[in-house]
This record gives sequence, C-alpha cells and structure tokens, in this order.
Amino acid sequence: MMWTEEKIQQELTGKFAFLDGKIKLQRPRRLWVDAPAEHFDAIFSHLVRQMDFPVLLTITGLDETSQFCVIYHLAQLEGIVCNLKVVVPKDNPTWKSVGTFFPGGIIYERELVDLLGLKIEGLPPGNRYPLPDDWPDGQFPLRKDWKRGGEAAIKEKAS
Amino acid sequence: MSKVTIPIGPQHPALKEPARFCLTLNGEKIYEIDLRLGYNHRGIEKACEERTYIQAMYLVERVCGICSHSHSTAFIQAVEEIAGLQLPRRGLYIRTLIAELERIHSHLLWLGVAGHEVGFDTLLMYAWRDRELVMDILADLTGNRVNYGINTIGGVRRDVTPRQIERVTKAMDTFEERTKYYVQVATEESTLIARLSNVGKLCYDDAMRLGAIGPTARACGLERDARKADPYGLYGELDFKVITDKHSDVYGRAVVRLLELMESYRIIRQLCKGMPEGPIAVKAPRKIPAGEALSRYEAPRGEDVHYVRGNGTDKPERVKIRAPTLANLQAVAKMLEDNYLADTTIVIAAIDPCFSCTDRAVLLKKSRRRNEEPVLWNSLRDYGIAWHRKQGLDFGDMNRRFGRMMERSSR
Repeated sequence: MMWTEEKIQQELTGKFAFLDGKIKLQRPRRLWVDAPAEHFDAIFSHLVRQMDFPVLLTITGLDETSQFCVIYHLAQLEGIVCNLKVVVPKDNPTWKSVGTFFPGGIIYERELVDLLGLKIEGLPPGNRYPLPDDWPDGQFPLRKDWKRGGEAAIKEKAS
Repeated sequence: MSKVTIPIGPQHPALKEPARFCLTLNGEKIYEIDLRLGYNHRGIEKACEERTYIQAMYLVERVCGICSHSHSTAFIQAVEEIAGLQLPRRGLYIRTLIAELERIHSHLLWLGVAGHEVGFDTLLMYAWRDRELVMDILADLTGNRVNYGINTIGGVRRDVTPRQIERVTKAMDTFEERTKYYVQVATEESTLIARLSNVGKLCYDDAMRLGAIGPTARACGLERDARKADPYGLYGELDFKVITDKHSDVYGRAVVRLLELMESYRIIRQLCKGMPEGPIAVKAPRKIPAGEALSRYEAPRGEDVHYVRGNGTDKPERVKIRAPTLANLQAVAKMLEDNYLADTTIVIAAIDPCFSCTDRAVLLKKSRRRNEEPVLWNSLRDYGIAWHRKQGLDFGDMNRRFGRMMERSSR
C-alpha cells in the first residue's frame, strides 16, 4: 500500500478515535502525533507493524519543566516521518523500552537514562551511554534545573 | 579451547577515535562483543541551549571535522522550518554544491583509510592526492578546507564567481577520470577483492533491524537515502541515482562509495550548469518563534537527524543530534560476530566512523594593507608560546628539564 500523509491520519484516527485533533501535519512528510501514555503501546505497535514504519530515526527526550516529553521519530522508507510524542510525569519518570521493535534503538534509550534521568523498563543490561563511568549519581545534564560544574564538585568531594 | 578477551580501545592505534570494543575470542574468531561509547561526548546539545541560534550553528558545525557542512545544514534546516523562511534559489544551489563537494572529500578520505587498513598504501596515497584537489576547491569557495562556515540561517554567507564555477566544472573531469580508474581497480584487482569480500557480512534483514544507514545500509541492498526519500534543499529537482549493492560486505561498501562519487560529480555538473542569479540569503530574525522541526540530511556516512525546538527567544529550547556513526555502530557488533580478529580494523573502518582531520599546515599572511607577507613557521611558533604565556601557561621550563633529562640518559 502506498501511504500518503492523509491516509496515515485517517488510518490513525479511524483506529484510535481519541487521536482526533491530536495529529498535526506541519509540512509534507512531517506528522506530529500526541499519544496518550496509556495507549502508547497500541499506537506504536500499529505504526510499526501495520503501517510500514520500519525505521526509528532517533528518540528525543525533553524536559518541559513540569513534565518530560519523549518523541519517537518513526519513518517510512518512502520518506514520511511520524513524530510520536508521549508525556512522562516528573514525579515518576518511568517509561518503557521499544527494544523489542528496534534493537538498534536501545542506545537512544540509554541516552534518555543518562542525560534526563528517565527509568526505562525492559532495557537490557549493558554499558551506560554517553556519560563516563565515574559520573556522579543523580546528575542529569539535560534537565533544565541542572547547572554546569555541579558534577565536578561532587566528584572532588567523593575523592 | 579457552576463551580469551581482548580489549581494543578506548585508545588503540587501529582506531582513529576513542571507542572500546571488548572482543571475546574463540581461537581466532570473535565470539562476543562488548561496546562502550561516549568517550568523545562533549555536551554539545546542552551547550546549544545556552547559545543563540547563530552561535549554536557554528558549534554544531564542529560536531564532526569532516561532515561539518552536513551538521550545520541539518541544524539550520530545522531552524528555517520553524522560522518559516523561504531560501533564495542561488543560496540553495551553493549550499547543495558544498554538500556534494564534502561528500567527495569524505568518500576519498575513506577510500584512502580503507586502503591503509588492508595494507594497500598505494591506494591511500592516490586517493588522498585526489582529495587534496577537492580540499583546494572547498578552500577556494568557502575559505576553509573543513568547517567551511558557509551556512547562515536563511542562506549562505559567500557568493561564488563564474570563474570559480568554471574551475569546479573543470575539476570534475579530473575526478571522473581518476574515479573510473579506482572503480577499475576495485572490480579487477584480485588481491583487493579477495581481501574485502565476505568480510564484515551484514544481511538485508539485519541492516534493517539494527537501523544501519548510509553506504553501510546501501551495500546490503537497502535503498535508504534521505536525498531521495525525504528530499531537502534542491535534491527533489536533481537527477541522480541511489547506489545500492548486493555484496553486503566490506567490498560492497567500497563499491557503493566509489559509484556514489560518480553520482556526486553528475550532481555538481547540474548545479554548476543551472546556478541562477540572485540573492544568496534572506534576513533571518534573531528571535526564532516557538515551534519544533525535525530535519534529515544525507551526510557522506549516512543520515544526520536533527531535532530543534524553539521557544520564541534567540536561544533554542532543545537541540537533539543523531549522527550516522551512532546508528551504524549497532550493526558493527553484528558484522564482527564470528569474524576473524584480524578483520576487526577494516570492518570498523568500513562504516567510516567519524574522526577529525582539521590538523594541517596553513599559509598565514600578515596583512599590511595590500602588502601581504607570509608568516614563517618559527614566528608562528613564537607567537603561540607568547600567547600561552599570557594565559599563564609556560611550557618552557618543562621543556628545559626534559632536554636535560634526555641529555643525561644519552650519556
């Protein structure tokens, strides 16, 4: 099936009625979808398995002060990109891994863990990425309230 | 036979950049791979949040020493989309011209490195000789061999003259002739074929599953090229082929890059021929409105992905960068599995991992109005020493002590 931006929007709202009004076509080949956290699995799996989105370009994590936002940049080989956004609360920053769909995407999830301090359930054991092994616990550089130099003071104190 | 674990890296003569590959061997064959990355993490994404868009653009250009134009273009494409800027055609032509020249520079660099890794240093010398030609063209057009600084939000910073266009077109003849020879070497030279064939195999399904991109993916028959699938800049209007190959090994990766060079020459000819007159940039606002954009760019090594979110100020709220090597390194572990230890270096080199090549001698000119005078190496060195002394760093004493130590040990 040859997908167009309109067909993708129709398919998504047809299958998931609650997405009505939550899909934005910013420009040709760029769709932005706000996914409710409780329905994320179903939408993600439908996009990958039924709607020919076999590519995960990357995962972006954002600190929006009151909450975290995780964006999955999914792409079709023909070029359409679906940016699937999901909100993760600050008081319980736990989210799940999509490693079963994209084993190559695990490295992007490790970035979320190291840089934003999200807990990703289902992440296989392995080396951290990208911060050094002696980086102090609880220091997450991409959080907006993080200040540069804090980690150096902690390291010095520990040594 | 008992298993042996060999650490390669973070610092290792065979690697051009720090990364640690811990290889568990069963005899001569690799049994298990443990990969540790991040030694080059410089916190650029965070640093962008503290800088204005223009400052961030120059910083992003320094993500990579070779695909510098790729990163700055990928970044400003996103910014331009948020700001709703329509670029003048001539600006787009120049931007695309530099992009393809950069691809030539990167692919020729890779060809040399690959030759070196398999002990074929003649190929290294030939490829790098030719690479000098494209470096000279880039220096002629932009003023720099790498980190060109040609981009600006809304277009490009430097125009090109008809004489320069003529020189670029003429150089393409030389490149074409020489690349044809390399294609001949790659397809007929039996030792090279034997050394590269069936090394670092990666099948189509694994390339897809692990998210391989760029020439690495295209050598597995996977037609992934952002220039074709998600055209940006001028690529939607240009006539070029996406090169794929079915070998799925290091040999295939070499063939793809060589044939891609030929396509780049075709693209550059089209650009030189069709370059319209007109302005090269539009004025961009200092404050970029709130909004977000995802930009894709086919860099020489694979796809660059940049995400930018603006918040209405002159500084970005968030910049996310995904460079191609990160995506391809996942596939390297698969390629190394059950391969010989001796093939490790060429398998790693075959994805063309990124390293900086900015070190080079330059001819600096002391400007005395129009009477320019070259700066000699010694005076440049003296200037450097004096500059560091002013910052409170004096290596003179250390050098003297080292000299005395060497003298004593030689007695």
